[in-house]
Amino acid sequence: MEFVMAIIIGILFMAAVYLILSRSLLRIILGTGLLSHGAHLLILTMGGLGGTSPPVLADGVTDYADPLPQALILTAIVISFGVTAFMLVLFYRTYGEHKTDNMSLMKGNDEHD
Amino acid sequence: MINLLLLPIILPFFFGIILLFFPKQIKVQRTLVTVGLIVSFISALILMAKVKSDGIQTVTLGSWPAPFGITMVSDMLSVLLVTTTIVITFFVVVYSFTGIDEEREKFYYYPAILFMITGVNGAFTTGDIFNMFVFFEVLLIASYVLIVLGGEKKQLRESIKYVLVNVISSALFVITIALLYSVVGTVNMADIALKITDIGQPGIITVIAVLFLLVFGIKGAIFPLYFWLPGSYAAPPMPVLTLFGALLTKVGVYAITRTYTLFFVHDTAMTHGLLSILAILTIIAGCIGALAYFDLKQIMIYNIVIAVGVILFGVAQMNDAGMSGAIFYLIHDMLIKGALFLLIGIIIAVTGTSNLRKMGGLMKTHAGLGWMYLIAAFGLAGIPPLSGFIGKMLIIQGAFEAGNVWGSIIMLVSSLIVLLSVIRIFIYAFWGEPVALPKTRRRSYRSLMMPAVVLVLISVAYGVGTEWLIPYMTDASDVLLNPSIYIDAVLKE
Repeated sequence: MEFVMAIIIGILFMAAVYLILSRSLLRIILGTGLLSHGAHLLILTMGGLGGTSPPVLADGVTDYADPLPQALILTAIVISFGVTAFMLVLFYRTYGEHKTDNMSLMKGNDEHD
Repeated sequence: MINLLLLPIILPFFFGIILLFFPKQIKVQRTLVTVGLIVSFISALILMAKVKSDGIQTVTLGSWPAPFGITMVSDMLSVLLVTTTIVITFFVVVYSFTGIDEEREKFYYYPAILFMITGVNGAFTTGDIFNMFVFFEVLLIASYVLIVLGGEKKQLRESIKYVLVNVISSALFVITIALLYSVVGTVNMADIALKITDIGQPGIITVIAVLFLLVFGIKGAIFPLYFWLPGSYAAPPMPVLTLFGALLTKVGVYAITRTYTLFFVHDTAMTHGLLSILAILTIIAGCIGALAYFDLKQIMIYNIVIAVGVILFGVAQMNDAGMSGAIFYLIHDMLIKGALFLLIGIIIAVTGTSNLRKMGGLMKTHAGLGWMYLIAAFGLAGIPPLSGFIGKMLIIQGAFEAGNVWGSIIMLVSSLIVLLSVIRIFIYAFWGEPVALPKTRRRSYRSLMMPAVVLVLISVAYGVGTEWLIPYMTDASDVLLNPSIYIDAVLKE
């Protein structure tokens, strides 16, 4: 199972890198979304996928899932949700001001203004 | 178990929330933000006295036993950084009363600053690696607001790059924590240090160490990863640039220092050797940038990069002199960068340009500004008895003890280049024929000067008063060099 997950995470990262390196702002946002999905799945996998019953504290229970990765993922999802929402608004405003969504037209420094 | 160490984190947060309710009333905003920072400063001072007398303070939230709950740890290093952060923020806020336009003040400028301070102080204080990620996000999101606030064309363009770089580095941070968790099975920093000692740092941990260097290197702007910094930092208005330059990169530097002294101490030839080489390359790259530009902001921004290199070079030596030198220099650099950025902000406000070629002769009209700038510039370059000297001297002493002769020589030469780059500003802006200045009100000039002058004086006092500060610095470097003190303090209960 970990093996399959590793491949899925790899595909997600691959797609994310491809999208982030493209020029369109919207694709870049999609790319960061995929990147954070990959990272979250990685936390889940790294915590170990073994353990089938819930982690209830009781004596003598040995087969239980690790609750910590799930708590970490929950936090990370909320953060990436907020940041993605912020990025959407920021990129939309930028599109409105610069009249372009092409990153290669947005390079430059003061001398280009 | 004492909650005192949470106050410097919670108080700015609390005042930030209150400020959200009255965005349009500038008087209320200014009063409350000042009160909030003074109260936080007092709590940080009490905390420092407590840490000095009783040793490391810890709180594990929710009263969980130590490795399970989120631990907050305040040792001497973190409390020194927290106090310095609040001091600098206070002066930047006072500067902002005249240094930033009212439109920005009405659009949550002060709450964003307070939230950023919450994140910075939290990142300095936390004893849990995932919680450090959370505090990084708190300060980053507040910094996104600050960098884009105002919505000028240039700000929007540079914010995109800033946000994108930081989002990617945050994803890398999560990935690194996940890999570390899979090896050691804990996220409590003291517990991680114990577990790594148990397994004796196999290759995978060294890989994770390098990954951490990448993650914090992007935030802290070390050599191959500082590419985003000059463009993004030049976009926001001066007070925001001051905050970013003085505080944000230092959080990355602190995180590298903490992880490289607490976790990855068993294969120092590899990890610290790499850190040392990257630090030297950072210094060289920063020097090239500092000399290449004729723009005030760019010159100072590349000086941030140089300072990051110097501090990390001190950390990489892993001996007494190098470490206390690094801590000395870290706090010196926060103070002096704050002061210098405020001063060049005044120069830009007075001349109406940041291009050195278009200025000249300011000494005739603004002599006070000239002298203050000169003192701050000498302090940055490390001329005794000003504050940069003792830190650099200790770092070089440490480097010679560790046998890094070439690194120390490069660092000494870099001091000259730093001096050259800041004196060049002095020569171009203050000497020569006076250039016609745009009309500015003398009163606003005075109220801009006040916080900058006080900050310069504090940095001078920091240099002259070295003797009294030595016990605090040795306390801080002792904890870094003997991780067992930190681990015992967290896990004893």
